[in-house]
Amino acid sequence: MKNIINLEEDFQAKIDAEIKIEPKNWMPEKYRKTLIRQISQHGHSEIIGMLPEGNWVTRAPNLRRKVALLAKVQDEAGHGLYLYSAAETLGADRDQLFRDLNSGKAKYSSIFNYPTLSWADMGAVGWLVDGAAIMNQVMLCRTSYGPYARAMVRICKEESFHQRQGYEIMLTLSKGTAEQKEMAQDALNRWWWPSLMMFGPTDAESTHSEQAMKWKIKRKTNDELRQQFIDVTIEQAEFLGLTIPDPDLKWNEERGHYDFGAIDWDEFWRVVKGGGTMNKNRVKTRAKAFEEGEWVREAANAYAEKQAKKLKQNAA
Amino acid sequence: MNNWPLWEVFIRSKNGLSHKHVGSLHATDAEMAMENARDVYTRRMEGVSLWVVESKHIAASNPEESGELFEPAQDKVYRHPTFYELPNELKHI
Repeated sequence: MKNIINLEEDFQAKIDAEIKIEPKNWMPEKYRKTLIRQISQHGHSEIIGMLPEGNWVTRAPNLRRKVALLAKVQDEAGHGLYLYSAAETLGADRDQLFRDLNSGKAKYSSIFNYPTLSWADMGAVGWLVDGAAIMNQVMLCRTSYGPYARAMVRICKEESFHQRQGYEIMLTLSKGTAEQKEMAQDALNRWWWPSLMMFGPTDAESTHSEQAMKWKIKRKTNDELRQQFIDVTIEQAEFLGLTIPDPDLKWNEERGHYDFGAIDWDEFWRVVKGGGTMNKNRVKTRAKAFEEGEWVREAANAYAEKQAKKLKQNAA
Repeated sequence: MNNWPLWEVFIRSKNGLSHKHVGSLHATDAEMAMENARDVYTRRMEGVSLWVVESKHIAASNPEESGELFEPAQDKVYRHPTFYELPNELKHI
């Protein structure tokens, strides 16, 4: 039997050679744990992410917007499922994942702890929040763990409609009446900074980054992704005729990137630790939905048992 | 979810192609697995046919034995057409 050091060297050699790790392959326990944490948090974010948008389904301004929003929310449920399935290939237990989310123990993207106050927020969320998520997810399509990478490929294919429908809402509002344009600007003002925070702490502060890069779970750092997002989004904001709420935003010829103002990391940590407007509400809503679905699950179990019994009797 | 069994989902994307594994889901029975697979994996015309099979029924090769299983094929280049040296001017062979 090989000793553990050899196994770890073999593992890293595979990663370096761009060979994907598959469920039954040997992997360091820390790689498994890191992935379960990251994938399940990602899955929880998809599930919780349905709530701020679900909030607007019944109040969408027309049928076209309504079917798009419904389809988007349904996609998020699917994305949550792909991710939970990927986490299960590493030995995570689905019921436990649900319990951790519903009890408030599990983390999910802090962005969903902000409220969606107006219809324009559906535009800003699709454009900025999904836009930021896509930056991250495109990178994750090449992550070293096979099932996670495959889930990401599916998700990325579906996610691009989410961002485009959001931008279309922003475009319509910004070309509308003065009041509508103001709504769009207000939504941009509120969602801009939290969207930048979605990429996580700066590289200097990020505790998991270095190892995750070595294992190729991540391929770009938080700061690289954040910069990439800012660089592509500014032009899109200009096209809308809206102003990004950052007076320090300036093209830096030397760096070939935009410089931007200081992010309020105190706010970030306050919201991560439960101090956002919606933290309690999100978990409560999720837990309530799960509880109220219990009778459906029970009925499904009873039905399946009855059918199985019938099948046995018929065979006898 | 009271430990509903896990099912693997396979989709035929169009007639003429074989079914391909796309992911998994939990369901109480085959009927529910089929309905969920349809909702989760074919929302954008991804398929014309679905298979669902309970994961426990799949026997998988062990990665630790992949050497014994697959390496013997590596030194059998004579199983490939390019192993045989024929003049370039020869056609249709």
